[in-house]
Amino acid sequence: MTERKLFEHELEERLDAVLFASPSHRSITRLATTLESLPRVQQEKVLHWAGVAAKTYAEIGYLLATLAPKAFELLDDEGFDAWVLSGLDAYDRFGLRPAMDQLRNIELFCAERAGTAVTRLADVEMRLARFVQGLSGRPLAVRAGQHAWTDTENIFLPELVAVHTSAGGNRRLYKAMAALLWAQTRYGTFSVDIEARLGEWADRERALGWLAVLEAVRLDARIAAELPGLAAEMAEVRGPWPEELSAAIAHLTRPEATVSDSLDLLAGFLSGGGVPPRLTFAGTLDPAAAWRVRAERIQRDTETLRKALATLKGMGGKRLSGEHAVSMAMANDGAGMEVRVDGEAVALPPNLPPEAQAAAQSLIQDLGEVPPEALTPAGHGQWTPTDKTGPGPELASDRDADHRYDEWDYHRGAYRRHWCHVYEMAVKPGEPGYVTEVAQRHGPLIRQIRKRFELVRGEDRMLGRQPDGEEVDVDALVDALADRRGGAEPSERVFSRRVRNERSLAALFMVDMSGSTKGWVNDAEREALIMLCEGIEALGDRYAIYGFSGWTRTRCDIYRVKGFDDAYDAAVRSRIAGIEARDYTRMGVAIRHLTKLLAAQPTRHRLLVTLSDGRPDDFGDEYRGTYGIEDTRHALLEAREQGIRSYCVTIDRQGADYLRHMVGPASYTVLDQVHKLPLKLADIYRRLTR
Amino acid sequence: MKPDPLAPELARVAAEPYYQPIGDEVALFEAAYRRRLPALLKGPTGCGKTRFVEYMAWKLQRPLVTVACHDDLTTADLVGRYLIVGEQTVWMDGPLTAAVRAGAICYLDEIVEARKDTTVVIHPLTDSRRVLAVDKRGELVPAPDDFMLVISYNPGYQSVLKEIKPSTRQRFVALEFDYPAADVEVRIVATEGGVADDMARKLVKLGELTRNLKGQGLDEGASTRLLVHAAQLINDGMAPVAACTAAVARALTDDAEMTETLNDLVRAIF
Repeated sequence: MTERKLFEHELEERLDAVLFASPSHRSITRLATTLESLPRVQQEKVLHWAGVAAKTYAEIGYLLATLAPKAFELLDDEGFDAWVLSGLDAYDRFGLRPAMDQLRNIELFCAERAGTAVTRLADVEMRLARFVQGLSGRPLAVRAGQHAWTDTENIFLPELVAVHTSAGGNRRLYKAMAALLWAQTRYGTFSVDIEARLGEWADRERALGWLAVLEAVRLDARIAAELPGLAAEMAEVRGPWPEELSAAIAHLTRPEATVSDSLDLLAGFLSGGGVPPRLTFAGTLDPAAAWRVRAERIQRDTETLRKALATLKGMGGKRLSGEHAVSMAMANDGAGMEVRVDGEAVALPPNLPPEAQAAAQSLIQDLGEVPPEALTPAGHGQWTPTDKTGPGPELASDRDADHRYDEWDYHRGAYRRHWCHVYEMAVKPGEPGYVTEVAQRHGPLIRQIRKRFELVRGEDRMLGRQPDGEEVDVDALVDALADRRGGAEPSERVFSRRVRNERSLAALFMVDMSGSTKGWVNDAEREALIMLCEGIEALGDRYAIYGFSGWTRTRCDIYRVKGFDDAYDAAVRSRIAGIEARDYTRMGVAIRHLTKLLAAQPTRHRLLVTLSDGRPDDFGDEYRGTYGIEDTRHALLEAREQGIRSYCVTIDRQGADYLRHMVGPASYTVLDQVHKLPLKLADIYRRLTR
Repeated sequence: MKPDPLAPELARVAAEPYYQPIGDEVALFEAAYRRRLPALLKGPTGCGKTRFVEYMAWKLQRPLVTVACHDDLTTADLVGRYLIVGEQTVWMDGPLTAAVRAGAICYLDEIVEARKDTTVVIHPLTDSRRVLAVDKRGELVPAPDDFMLVISYNPGYQSVLKEIKPSTRQRFVALEFDYPAADVEVRIVATEGGVADDMARKLVKLGELTRNLKGQGLDEGASTRLLVHAAQLINDGMAPVAACTAAVARALTDDAEMTETLNDLVRAIF
């Protein structure tokens, strides 16, 4: 590259090439003028990143180029890259507007970078989530929000915190926020209808602000009683309470204080006309949302408990029916539940399903006791602990994704966080007779495969000449005695021991269900799977079969054909028959999801076999080509890091020069003829696992 | 029944082991012993199964033979084998045979860890036959009335490879163990660990918090045993946070993030 600056017309030409899709395209001349003054290195950087960003969203590329001169004034080269990445990251996570805001706010970005004390929720999320899970005992998710608040099932925390000069200080602040929000759900901030009480005050916002502060005081004292270490840490984060609260503190730190006491104190503070002090760690209250979520939960828990009780014959030696007064409440020591039937304490039925026990605990947290209506067994009905409501699997895009996975973007050299949405789908069973028909048609071939597979099956063996074992090895003993007679030192290895050659192996087959497999390839895949199953059944290995297909990153579908725990039975057979060509091949995300399943297998060796008909591809231009290959490559590398061996079988008549790069040498087979697949796949498996 | 001439001298449990009964398990075990029924103890690790057996052996005044099962445990390891002494083979009773001959309580700890074929040798001992077949000697060793077989396993392990076969499990009287209720656990931790009730209560609270994380990155929460360990370290002069980090957090997980979470919980309490 020459060091000469690019002139305006050259810049215009190149900007034109990368930003042609931008609606602001017409003003590219002006843009080129502003960039002309930059040194060549910076010009190239801008052009590069504008191109990368434009692939994501054209307008971001344009904005980035517009802001570049200002950004270069405030940031060094490395900082510039980080700034661009933060904008792209914001787009991935939150969409266009936050991304534009993030990019425009260069000063804030600089402050964050300079102080280094910017802590992102993403970095502490996992730790906080586990922390509150440990504290609460009922699910409490940590999520990103505009500010800190809780609806009693989710704790929302700001995306980033930049209050303290050290990252440690910010992390402690996050922890204090989360702990206080947990305390709101644990110590009954929402146990009365706050919304109704707020109606008394004209200035609702101010009342709510004061209430949040007063509750912080009360909850802080509750935490101090039970978790003194945490309270000490929180006290350090907040410093002393504001002077104006001193009277309230005495009242609210009494152990019996409740949210009603905070509400009663409101009048004094509101009539004073003072503005509530801003406490960084205290968060805000949204009583309406919390009340709604709480009501839904109570309803749900009540149902769960009633259904569970309906399946029990009785409790404490008494039949459960409407005639007995059953009550459940928190035991006096605050741990565990106390169940009373007609006023007599009885043991909690040990056969109460854990879901129901959790529901009872949850009700006690919300209401202080289990309401009588929850203790009336429901009418006849099946106990279904996973009574999921919601649309069926066909409406995938209407329900929340089951999992989200990162994706590797080679343009950026970084992951796009939580980028792909994975849905677990059911395969529609195919013709029931299909498998039998194929098995009959290929009968001789299947018998041959089985015979070959049986040869590698693990067997018990006797190991002779061992120092220790269950039986005497007579040959070795005779040798040893002869040695001794002859004056030589006899060997001590005179026992034999039985050892088992265990094939500790789990294999997962990942089958391409993209539209391009329609016809021959799909038939070949299904036949190959049938032969494979017949073969592996003879071996006794653990194996699973999953299909994958998708339509853009928000619809990555994974179809379970056979899970590790499913037997090769009629249901699995009909699902194999039901494998059909669907949409596109976004491979990386499928590999990541199935890697997770495979990694959970308790075997010593794990094998992931992918079966596809060409390179990774998805709707739109983005995934096609290098992007998809690089993402797939990264997914396979991640799998390897988890101790999973992978192997790709590809049907590609054009050959597959990209495979060597994507999966590494000696880890793939390219078949140029479809009909070879069935025999070949079984053979590959046998070879791989010999 | 004539005493077995090969019966070894097995030591009794001398001093009363500390055991805090939780329910009717002592009475159940005694009844099973009187009726010559074998017992199966199930429960998570470190909740007191082994201690219970020791206590019962002391209470019933029987010798106790404990075998910790592992995945290479063979039938010969239980029943016995021939050893070579000079130019002769000498039969050596295994722990199970010795226990049968002596009329002891034989405790097979974590039975699911043993190879599947191994568990079959206990079958004739656990029904009305009450004999142990020693194939290699061609001997049937009848079990005296005071012999009792006890096995244990932890149903919490999700592994499909570690399940007890119905043909085995349906021979036993099953006793279920779990972590004790909070106030009982406080007493256990205070007594065993030698700490004041107040400290024991904090440790039990920590136990509860870690049990909330079961399935969220932890396979098991802190067992009573771990809490007792922490208490013992504290009793010996360690600072509570350091003691819990060593005895609880690091003992529960190798995952760095999880350890941090557990340390957060430890610091929240102390």
